[in-house]
Amino acid sequence: MKRLVSFKVERRPVASGRVVFFVSLLAIFAALMVAGIFFQIYGVSPIRAYQLILRGSLGSRFGLTETVRRAIPLLLCGVGLTVAFRALFWNIGAEGQLLLGAVAAAGVALFTGLPDQLLLPAMFIGGFIGGAAWGLIPAILKVKLGVNDVITTLMMNYIAIYIVEWLIHGPWKGPSMRGFAYTDTFPRAAWLPTIYGTRIHWPTLVLGLVLAALMYILVTRTRSGFEIRVIGENPDAARFAGINPLKTTLLVMLISGGFAGLAGVGEVAGIHQRLLGPSHISMGYGYTAIIVAWLARRNPLAVIVTSFLFGVIMTGGDVIRVSLGLPFQLINVFNGLILFFLIGSEILLRYRISFLLRR
Amino acid sequence: MGWETWAITTLSRSLAYGTPLLLGTLGEIYAERSGVLNLGVEGMMIVGAYSAFSIAYITGNPWLGILMAAVIGGAFSLIHAFTSVTLKANQVISGLSLTMLGLGLSGVFGRGWEGKPLPASLPKITISVLSKITFLGPILFEGQNLIVYLTILLVPLLWYILYRTRIGITIRSVGESPATADSLGINVYRVRYLCVFLGGVLAGVAGGYLSVAYRPAWTEGMTAGMGWIVIALTIFAFWNPAYGMLGAYLFAALYHLAFRLQPWVSPELLKAMPYTFAILVLIFVSRGTLLKRMGAPAALALPYTRGEE
Repeated sequence: MKRLVSFKVERRPVASGRVVFFVSLLAIFAALMVAGIFFQIYGVSPIRAYQLILRGSLGSRFGLTETVRRAIPLLLCGVGLTVAFRALFWNIGAEGQLLLGAVAAAGVALFTGLPDQLLLPAMFIGGFIGGAAWGLIPAILKVKLGVNDVITTLMMNYIAIYIVEWLIHGPWKGPSMRGFAYTDTFPRAAWLPTIYGTRIHWPTLVLGLVLAALMYILVTRTRSGFEIRVIGENPDAARFAGINPLKTTLLVMLISGGFAGLAGVGEVAGIHQRLLGPSHISMGYGYTAIIVAWLARRNPLAVIVTSFLFGVIMTGGDVIRVSLGLPFQLINVFNGLILFFLIGSEILLRYRISFLLRR
Repeated sequence: MGWETWAITTLSRSLAYGTPLLLGTLGEIYAERSGVLNLGVEGMMIVGAYSAFSIAYITGNPWLGILMAAVIGGAFSLIHAFTSVTLKANQVISGLSLTMLGLGLSGVFGRGWEGKPLPASLPKITISVLSKITFLGPILFEGQNLIVYLTILLVPLLWYILYRTRIGITIRSVGESPATADSLGINVYRVRYLCVFLGGVLAGVAGGYLSVAYRPAWTEGMTAGMGWIVIALTIFAFWNPAYGMLGAYLFAALYHLAFRLQPWVSPELLKAMPYTFAILVLIFVSRGTLLKRMGAPAALALPYTRGEE
């Protein structure tokens, strides 16, 4: 039998913004379709589940504000990761960098005795330094010794987790928190202001939006941004062009680690007002931010949109648990699937498939 | 406790703890030798651990559990093979998604399985004649299980295949120069799929070993980063199964020695030790430019498309 339709696959020169947008949308849609199977397994209609998730995360004032407050750390970590990923530095360590930022902020809040008006700025500076320091170690190890960045950044997440555990069980355990593994509550001056009646600590949100814009300018309009891209796309060309790999790598990890550190400051100063268990400080924001940055196609401005989207998904996790009684871990399944479909669909950006009708 | 008993316990425990690390490392060595970086080891191990535990619980037969872990681990790895070999997606990100998916799936299905007692775990073997040997006897031949021995046997076998057989040459050539291999008539995709699959099977068994033998129980996230340590060990081993064995047991011994510091160091900091070791070990092997290049497959993490080099 002769085929009536044949198709031709050819390389696409550059995918336009519109194609990228629709392919991304298609990927997310496909991932949600597959994820729907899990609702089906638990006897919940996927359509009803997604309705509940959307209503719960966007349809009420409470849901919407929860979505935004979860988008804040994703925004900060995600913007930083777009810069690191542009240089092809595989920073899988935003989670640990966030925790170290939280530790530094807690240290400043509890033990420096700074005057009230200086306390919050000092916490943000400390948090940036904490996160950046945690990110610079793998950067130096990679450039100077050729140590694999994926492993070091990841291992340092675990080390960060246990440092926080150690601090809250040991030296920093609050005397007034008998029995609980917390530090003492921060002094009032170290609490970030929130939008009335919500948990949105707006100074961190504003900071994230400003930094997203600044990073967009950095990567698209400056020489450093150009160097970052060359290092990522063609290390040999970078060497010939005299680009200093150490300087560039340190810069991207200063940014990436530092921003994750700022996210950590926001979480402890804006939500919890104390240092507590690592899984309470961050619900895997550092890992989810990897998807946020990748979905944004490494564009810092697009992170504003993608971090909000993943805020919806994380708040959806609460809906799944509370309204449907299903495990919160489904969120990880969603995330894994979305990431798979996302990178799997990238082939559609590189190739064009055209169908030809035979007469 | 006498010095000798102390050393015997430590080394015997190291052998037990090193086994899943070695299994995972052997699999990852094969995958990477064929040119595919699979960062999904942690995910494959945890789905292996859960499937082994659930099947062993339902059937009462831990060996069926291990078998299931191998099947599920292998099947799970094919997702990564599909995205990275067929769809030519970024292998770092694909491996990460496999880990996320594995942790998620095992967490979802494993809910309610925590704290259940296993009717029977993998039997411990004591070879009474050999266990009488001074010092080495009680370490090697007392209270270990069959997988420990099979894993050790796997090392010379996989080493031999990789370096002394046609199959090994094929695998290595695909990882070094896929275009050349392709022009010689080797099916690059098939070799890569099979190597990733082998990696998945071994990682699955490693996970199964954890949940039905090493510490017979299911806990969410019980692999606790072992899959990432496997990735580090693969580099430490210079992609050679023999060094992989050395690395895995050495690492396991360091791990157990660290826990002997318990009276002096807080338990939280001790838990951070393995991860610190992994970084130190990598710094150690990465010193010097000569060592850096040694053994790393030239086409590692690079997708292959015929006619596009």
